[in-house]
Amino acid sequence: MTPHIATLTLRAFQDEFAQALLATDSGAIPATDVAALIVEPGFAVYRNTVVKGCVDALQANYPAVERLVGEEWLRAAAAIYARAELPSHPMLLAYGAGFAEFLRTFAPAAELPYLADVARLDRFWSEAHTARDEEPLEPAVIRQRSLDELARVVLRPHAASRWAWFDALPIFTIWQRNRDAAFDHEAAPQIAWTGEGALITRPHGAVQAIQVDAAACAFLDACAAGRSMAEAASAAIRTDPTVDLSALMASLLNAGAFASGQTTEEFR
Amino acid sequence: MTSTLSAGLSLKPEYYEQSHACSADGLWFEVHPENYMVAGGPRLAWLKTIRARHPLSLHGVALSLAADAEPDPNHLQRLAQLVQRFEPALVSEHLAWSTWRGAYHPDLLPFPRTTYALARIAANIGRAQDVLQRPIAIENPSHYLHIEGHEFSEIEFLTELARRTGCRLLLDVNNVYVSANNMGFDAQNYLDWFPAALVAEIHLAGHTQDLKLGTALLVDSHDAPVDAAVWQLYERLIARIGPRPTLIERDGNLPAFDELLAERTHADAVLRSSVPALLAA
Repeated sequence: MTPHIATLTLRAFQDEFAQALLATDSGAIPATDVAALIVEPGFAVYRNTVVKGCVDALQANYPAVERLVGEEWLRAAAAIYARAELPSHPMLLAYGAGFAEFLRTFAPAAELPYLADVARLDRFWSEAHTARDEEPLEPAVIRQRSLDELARVVLRPHAASRWAWFDALPIFTIWQRNRDAAFDHEAAPQIAWTGEGALITRPHGAVQAIQVDAAACAFLDACAAGRSMAEAASAAIRTDPTVDLSALMASLLNAGAFASGQTTEEFR
Repeated sequence: MTSTLSAGLSLKPEYYEQSHACSADGLWFEVHPENYMVAGGPRLAWLKTIRARHPLSLHGVALSLAADAEPDPNHLQRLAQLVQRFEPALVSEHLAWSTWRGAYHPDLLPFPRTTYALARIAANIGRAQDVLQRPIAIENPSHYLHIEGHEFSEIEFLTELARRTGCRLLLDVNNVYVSANNMGFDAQNYLDWFPAALVAEIHLAGHTQDLKLGTALLVDSHDAPVDAAVWQLYERLIARIGPRPTLIERDGNLPAFDELLAERTHADAVLRSSVPALLAA
């Protein structure tokens, strides 16, 4: 005998209703009176709204991915992701933390080897956009220091800074050209198919992105691990013995990659 | 008017600049607080800028008050921080559930209005109001299903929640219209019986027809102008209960800001004309 809704506890009702919202196979639907609701046309409104809410959020959070694959493909992939991975909290601006990894093993994306990493940069952008407000370290502060002082300084990456090096593919260029809806692909120079790195941050109001090399990423990794500038410089040199350290520092400082307020005495 | 809030508008990032600049008398803005639960950045900065000029309403969609579980304490804390920071004129939530066993379902889900549910939801509202340190208003959702086992009408249920918790009510006239159509009851009769003294805020929005079923199933989609029939119900309601802060709610298919402002001007005119009418009566 199937229990009637009137006798289902609220908890059991919600368990069954939640399960039915995502069920694609009618065999998976519980044999209670919630099943009577599922066959009502109105049940589809809830089903559609739940998945649409997730898909809309992913579409908003992954614009460069959408531009590469088209809206229909993106929404279809997002719906599959959403059914497997509902948001764990209602802040949908942060939904889809696992979407890049999902795309990495998503069979229909196999012919687009750059797609998952482009998704990573879309994710970096969202994280930078909503990160804690923080003053960036002004380049002038560094210029006032002697080399000896600088060697001991620990630079802390800005709360909004996100970076990654991509060994095989020009992920930054692909991302940047597809992130901007107005980008003129016809007029743009050909893409050089080599590895690229990206730094995305928000030193002031707006999110900014620059292309960086492997040495700069190694430098930032070392800073994030709490190493001194001397150690970070060594890491950069190990990655690329020909690195121009002063140019590297200038580009990171100008991008606002670091937070003001340092951890060593010299900067207090 | 009993308050300085007349008709308000949903605040969307697309309209930040125009919203900030708009100087209509009695204008206020409403946001979903979930979209501002971030550590920092331009969104919060915009909200601060707009709040410096206009009253604000926080209209939550995710406290999941009708779940058979306590509201997520982290979510409630984040909401409390926004309330503290932005000092909203109004705070509201829905008579629905959305978060269940750690998963957020972006919708306002239904439940049987039983004695048990009443006690659970009253406790959840009480918990939320304790943490927020203020009363909240609870909104009637749109209905799409004939759920067996309701022990209370929606109005009885909402009225009893208000009696037990001191919460106020947010009356969404479009939701009443959509629900009446889908469930087969009389929207005007529902509104005529709605307890006037408890209404802290009113919502007006557009709806759409289901693609397959047409008018047999209306969907509360917030992506169209307010329907003429909903305006009529609203005008009759305001004539009965007097002016209340009224939101033109729009979430999708966003038109030019001026189009929303025109709807807002309409609601404002209804509210302002009701005062002399009430006095004459």
